[in-house]
Amino acid sequence: MGTLTLALLYVILAPVLGGLLAGLDRIISARMQGRVGPPLFQPFYDVSKLFSKGRVEINKLQAPLIFCHLVFMIFTGALFFQGGDILLIIFALAASSIFFILAAFTAGSPYSFVGAERELVILLAAEPVFLIVLAGVFKVAGTFGFYDVIRTGKPLIAFLPGMFFCLLYVLTMKFRKSPFDLSYSHHAHQELVKGITTDLGGRSLAMIEISHWYENIFLLGFVYLFFAFNPVLGIAAALFTYFLEILADNTNARAKWQFSLVSTWLITLVFGGGNLIALYFMGM
Amino acid sequence: MPITKSPWIMHYDGSSCNGCDIEVLACLTPLYDVERFGVINTGNPRHADILLITGSINTQNAPVVKNLYDQMAEPKVVIAVGICATSGGVFADCYNVLGGTDKVIPVDVYVPGCAARPEAIIDGVVKGLAVYAEKTAKAEVKAK
Repeated sequence: MGTLTLALLYVILAPVLGGLLAGLDRIISARMQGRVGPPLFQPFYDVSKLFSKGRVEINKLQAPLIFCHLVFMIFTGALFFQGGDILLIIFALAASSIFFILAAFTAGSPYSFVGAERELVILLAAEPVFLIVLAGVFKVAGTFGFYDVIRTGKPLIAFLPGMFFCLLYVLTMKFRKSPFDLSYSHHAHQELVKGITTDLGGRSLAMIEISHWYENIFLLGFVYLFFAFNPVLGIAAALFTYFLEILADNTNARAKWQFSLVSTWLITLVFGGGNLIALYFMGM
Repeated sequence: MPITKSPWIMHYDGSSCNGCDIEVLACLTPLYDVERFGVINTGNPRHADILLITGSINTQNAPVVKNLYDQMAEPKVVIAVGICATSGGVFADCYNVLGGTDKVIPVDVYVPGCAARPEAIIDGVVKGLAVYAEKTAKAEVKAK
């Protein structure tokens, strides 16, 4: 199968898989809280309802910016599964986030503003992790391409356990799980109303939701990279990672963004930096 | 109809004694778990489909309720929960109380009770969903 076909498959299948994953997530979260939870297809019901709602855009800029956010997110994932340069992919991911932040800044609501600022905080916390992980991947595999890394057949997890831990830590925020006062957490109903999406509704909110599904699948692809020497193990590890994030979310209900930002940097420095130094001593 | 499978609710406490508020929150607990029906408690009018009001309307909260209602996207449903939200209840004669929710915005479903039981509130939301489906169908006919 050509890499372009795989990228196309991602564009078509990622929203389906992402939506199912979100549905499973809600059921597992509910079971952890002693509830039954919604049906598996609930995220699809939600999005189809949002598309049927009337327009509530508060200005002319918001909708195009959100559309750009979605397009750049699809572009990021498609480039990743096409085997493009991961460096470029990380920048495309950041560009996608910037469009989302801009859309929130065009709104007048103070909740929207605080949400946008906290989205910037996530960028600030996550980008160093991605960059240091990339440096590690390059040190071990000698390439930035998704399929080139897989072709080397090296078990990245054996060389980069510290970096993988950093990635796990930052994925909690990227999956919109914990802390509870994130820019757009699944549960931020009280703290920031709905943070960065406060002034979004209807179609725009549906696009944010779909883009979130695309992002989740792309990030799980990143996790897969660490275990790519064995595809079955890779997929199992990616799914287990998602389960771990749900567990972290449900057991750390009061974690706050200040703690997340500082601890992410500390962990990046100690585990990510330590891993990089260890690679140096191993002569890589 | 997927629309009726995803009712996002915003709860606003007018000037309630908090009896009904606690019962509304009880609906989210493991015992009643309204998330089974796709219900989400949003707290954001732009995301909400159903506005759930508890407590009577007074001169101070009347503009707030109206503002919240106006910020919601069509189609939308209003449910008045508890006797105070339906008519003002025992506070109806107070100098500052205007009466029930219908004094400021159109109400679709009235849920009686003091305080309204969680079962009654869930029943009210189900009734509200029928109204919601009706309004959606009307909006579609209008669009055609």
